[in-house]
Amino acid sequence: MDLLSFARGPALKVALAVFCAGVVWRIAAFALLRIRRDLNRPRNSLFKYLGAGLYTIGTRSWPHPEFIRRTGAGEALGYSYHMGLFVVVLLFAPHIAFLGSLFGITWPGLPNSVITVIAVISLTLFLAVLFRRVTSPVIRMLSNFDDYFSWFITMLVMVTGLAATAQIGARYSTLVAVHILSVDVLLLWFPFGKLMHAFYIFPSRAINGAILARKGAAS
Amino acid sequence: MITRDAATPASGQLSVGEMLLAHGIGRRGFIKFCTAAASAMALPPWMGAAMAEQLRNAARPSVVYLSFQECTGCFESFTRSFAPTIENLIFNVISLDYDDTLMAAAGDAAEAALASAMRDHFGNYVVVVDGSIPTGAGGAYCTAGGRSAVDTLREAAKGASAIICVGTCSSFGGIPFADPNPTGAWPVTAIVGGVPIINVSGCPPIPEVITGTLLQLVSTGQIPDLDEHRRPKAFFGNTIHDRCYRRPFFDAGKFAKTFDDEGARNGWCLYELGCKGPTTFNACATLKWNGGTSFPIESGHGCLGCSEPGFWDKGSFYSAESTPQWGKAGEATPKQVVELAGITAGVGAVLGTASAGVSRLRQASRQKAAEHEHQGDE
Ligand code: SF4
Repeated sequence: MDLLSFARGPALKVALAVFCAGVVWRIAAFALLRIRRDLNRPRNSLFKYLGAGLYTIGTRSWPHPEFIRRTGAGEALGYSYHMGLFVVVLLFAPHIAFLGSLFGITWPGLPNSVITVIAVISLTLFLAVLFRRVTSPVIRMLSNFDDYFSWFITMLVMVTGLAATAQIGARYSTLVAVHILSVDVLLLWFPFGKLMHAFYIFPSRAINGAILARKGAAS
Repeated sequence: MITRDAATPASGQLSVGEMLLAHGIGRRGFIKFCTAAASAMALPPWMGAAMAEQLRNAARPSVVYLSFQECTGCFESFTRSFAPTIENLIFNVISLDYDDTLMAAAGDAAEAALASAMRDHFGNYVVVVDGSIPTGAGGAYCTAGGRSAVDTLREAAKGASAIICVGTCSSFGGIPFADPNPTGAWPVTAIVGGVPIINVSGCPPIPEVITGTLLQLVSTGQIPDLDEHRRPKAFFGNTIHDRCYRRPFFDAGKFAKTFDDEGARNGWCLYELGCKGPTTFNACATLKWNGGTSFPIESGHGCLGCSEPGFWDKGSFYSAESTPQWGKAGEATPKQVVELAGITAGVGAVLGTASAGVSRLRQASRQKAAEHEHQGDE
């Protein structure tokens, strides 16, 4: 079995299985945790505090005006490369063929040149994000192995993908195999590291917002 | 390398140049022929004249063509070479001393021709092999003249100056080698060593790639530059995708979705229909077939990747290269994915419930301990 067959065959199957089991495991474990009963009388109606939870998803997705000068640029950077990643993952023809074979539906993609430009911009922004992490004393103190490894594996997927498209460094089949293998590693790591924020980020904001609203506090 | 001794005609033997003259082909005509062959091999133009000069003074090297576990498609392809043509090659450039498909002799006379070629030109003849070599059942799956392919190959390799494997079967095992490989088939490289081996893979290879490689070997006496699969870089240096005329459509993201949709009619890229051009190294997109008429992609079908090792076992010919490959059956179907997701999500849910349960138990025991401590304080 050659590297490409291994990467898109058994390795991918195991990675998808671990990804799926791991994500459900962590979500279930989180959802079934014991929540201490709040014996206080709710300050808002159920409808209102659940609504406030949803509202918090929006308000917490952008810095408070007071902090915008300090953190606005950093957050914009984060959103930009996330958007770039989504475009590349969802609108590049080989990715559509990949996802189409998994889910049975396909959709129109973007020309390779557009995808390449977006991928290069995303990659640059991703480097800038790392730079910000290591140069800001506060963010650096808050960072651990999980942050750096999650960054590294995402970066690896992007770099190998670009190398495969541009056919730089090795044969196309080897580059594609390495790219798919890096995706396999990402899928294996995903449920156990901070990449899980993809699933947690909005529910946790909503829950925090709802709890605070129940207590009558603004969120 | 073919030695100089072998390239010098023995007394009474005609050199290639003398042979050509006897056939009415002059020096100029022969240089033209060699230049055409050199350009087909993507060699620099001056190589044509150099090859012609070397060949004119050389003896026609002895070549034995061994066919093992094969379908004769490679040989059929060989006979359709336009530059050089097979008749030009075998009548003027090489001495084809054994080929059980082409030779008039049969039975003992044919086997005697093989034995005498190997004896008379020991150390200097070129062996061309097509077909894989079955080793199962003591080699009984492929025998000729009562001898197994594996024994014939081992013996022929002993006195060979080089071996050219024609076709994916002799180069990489090919279809007989494909899972479950019932005959225990192997490529030449797995059976013999200690002799230069050139793989001219393809199912079949392009005719001009076969004759061109042979011509380059016998005219220069040198093993051509090879890639990591021992294929001549002159022909296997680029992927089909690198040279494909549909590439602009690939780059623009325009893909045919079925073999008869508008995209297919407009000549768009066949990637999504399973084209293996991006991972296949061969000269189909440049040399083409039938004297440069066309190649599979030009006829509307994606590349099958037939010149790559293990091409038969790499999943469906009709699924894109980037798609997941699920076991032997080819690409993953949404149904299989749903099944996998269902099972693993179930496992995840059980693990999640267990984790939450453990956490609750711990919390409860911690709370109990705290209450106990509290009571003790009182
Ligand atoms: S048809 Fe095949 S070889 Fe040609 S551009 Fe498309 S994928 Fe590449």
